[in-house]
Amino acid sequence: MELDYKSLLPFEKPIAELYKKIEDLQKMARHGKINLEEETKLIQKRIQKTRRELFAELTPLQTVQVARHMGRPTTLDYIGQIFEGFVELRGDRNFSNDPAMICGIGKLDDLSCVVVGHQKGKNTKENIARNFGMAQPEGYRKALRVMRVADRFGKPIISFVDTPGAYPGIGAEERGQAEAIAKNLRAMAELHVPFITIITGEGGSGGALGIGMGNKVMMLEFSIYSVISPEGCASILFRDATKASLAAEAMKITAKDLLKLGVIDEIIKEPIGGAHQDTKLTAQNIKKAILTNLKPLMHMTSRELIADRYNKFRKMGIFENG
Amino acid sequence: MTISIHDFFKKKKKRKAQAHTSEKLDIPGNLWVRCYRCGTTIYSKDLETALKVCPKCNYHFRLSASERISFTVDEGTFEEINPHIKSTDFLSFVDSKPYAKRLKDAEMKSGLPEVIVTGEGKINGWSVAVGAMDFSFMGGSMGSAVGEKVTRLFEHALHRKIPAIIFSSSGGARMQEGIMSLMQMAKTSSALGRLRENCIPYICVLTDPTTGGTTASFAMLGDIHIAEPNALIGFAGPRVIEQTIRQKLPAGFQRSEYLEEHGMVDIVSPRKDLKKVLTNILSFFDFKGE
Ligand SMILES: [Zn+2]
Repeated sequence: MELDYKSLLPFEKPIAELYKKIEDLQKMARHGKINLEEETKLIQKRIQKTRRELFAELTPLQTVQVARHMGRPTTLDYIGQIFEGFVELRGDRNFSNDPAMICGIGKLDDLSCVVVGHQKGKNTKENIARNFGMAQPEGYRKALRVMRVADRFGKPIISFVDTPGAYPGIGAEERGQAEAIAKNLRAMAELHVPFITIITGEGGSGGALGIGMGNKVMMLEFSIYSVISPEGCASILFRDATKASLAAEAMKITAKDLLKLGVIDEIIKEPIGGAHQDTKLTAQNIKKAILTNLKPLMHMTSRELIADRYNKFRKMGIFENG
Repeated sequence: MTISIHDFFKKKKKRKAQAHTSEKLDIPGNLWVRCYRCGTTIYSKDLETALKVCPKCNYHFRLSASERISFTVDEGTFEEINPHIKSTDFLSFVDSKPYAKRLKDAEMKSGLPEVIVTGEGKINGWSVAVGAMDFSFMGGSMGSAVGEKVTRLFEHALHRKIPAIIFSSSGGARMQEGIMSLMQMAKTSSALGRLRENCIPYICVLTDPTTGGTTASFAMLGDIHIAEPNALIGFAGPRVIEQTIRQKLPAGFQRSEYLEEHGMVDIVSPRKDLKKVLTNILSFFDFKGE
């Protein structure tokens, strides 16, 4: 087993300590003092147990850390595991191709699907190329173009949401970031085909919603979905960015909380320790959830699908009247 | 709504923008008002006659919802709809003060139960469904109540077969309502899809400031976009952008004229011409209602 300290998050310190113990044992074993195999097994059991316990009760801010984990599987990782014969479709046919947004077509078992999703990188170099998963207006316009292919040919759409937010830059503003997102919202409400959204990592605000208006919206267990980052909220409302933990709790951004609020429909289980511990298993869970949720949608007429989606979002909001 | 991945807001700078409201500039006695931009002292009656535009420097003061309606809608024709829809503190959200208290304070300060006033009225005889946002109520932020009132306004327009107009002035989504404020973007935009499908015109009048989730939903989905001069209009706030890209922003960035230049608004209309422009547009669409 590889001892990977780097991928451990600060709150996983007890696990790091156990790994350290294994390392010490290995050193000692070289001097032939102990039964390495047996001892290691015991510690590994403890690692599993500690992990299970830690991840059973993550605080919202710890969940944020897992959701942003550098090694967390990306949209392309899931596409590779879930879809056969994926063909990426690039460009918004107007200005450029946005690498922070992946769009394409593929087969989910026998079913032809259109896929759109934010794409983060797994290291600094990749992240720079992918702009940390922060799409430009072109990204949203490409997604819309490709969703319209699905719409015209009656194919279901699967969207993967994982972004800190839509990119805040000069060019993005000049080319209408707000307009691009707004138009997607209106257009997604009118799609004639089954549409499923999975929030896999960070569901950052309008940038997330910009491809996230599925008939069914699901979240991975340790993903987050939020109107603003906890840090952003903390610095504006709490006047102190270090109060992110308070902001994360107050805003209700975890899958559990959002299920309770009725904003999402289902939570998809992650392996113990988070999706990055086992991409394949996570992808399998996602695929299962997609297939289960797609089934009833495939039997609906386009009218019913539009009404279903409209009513879903029309109902959202809690207010007083009278 | 602002986007932040890093620690963007370390330094809290008091934003000058907070002083934009004329209220804060009033000199005791309320007879004279100082222009925020050029400092000229203006007799408040004159300012009122000039539709709250500085006669010296053309600065457009922010308007309250009631001023907006009285400057735009024919006298005695406005009938409010859904006046009782109000926000509620369903997350028991507490920052420097509880959201519930914040709502009460906002109501006291603005004299309004919510950010937006919606209703039906006439503009030079043309019936319209009209909404006016008031920045003095929690920065014009959109929570569930705003989203609901906007959506119902669109539904009203659809039902009555009359054009809809919204005067936007909003800092974006209301963080105190968490994800539910984000969902208002989906709700209002979906409702606009229905207007569009049924060929009911929708006119956006973007006023200072319109940013965040409001811009990224109903404020940018008009058949026609009008902006008041020099209004701040954008997705991300200028501070967030500056801190992300670590560059100075170009002159006039995210102002109405800049957006016009980049193709995002149809017309920048001075306030004194606005009613005429709206009338021309309404006359073009020629919707008499049912
Ligand atoms: Zn002036």
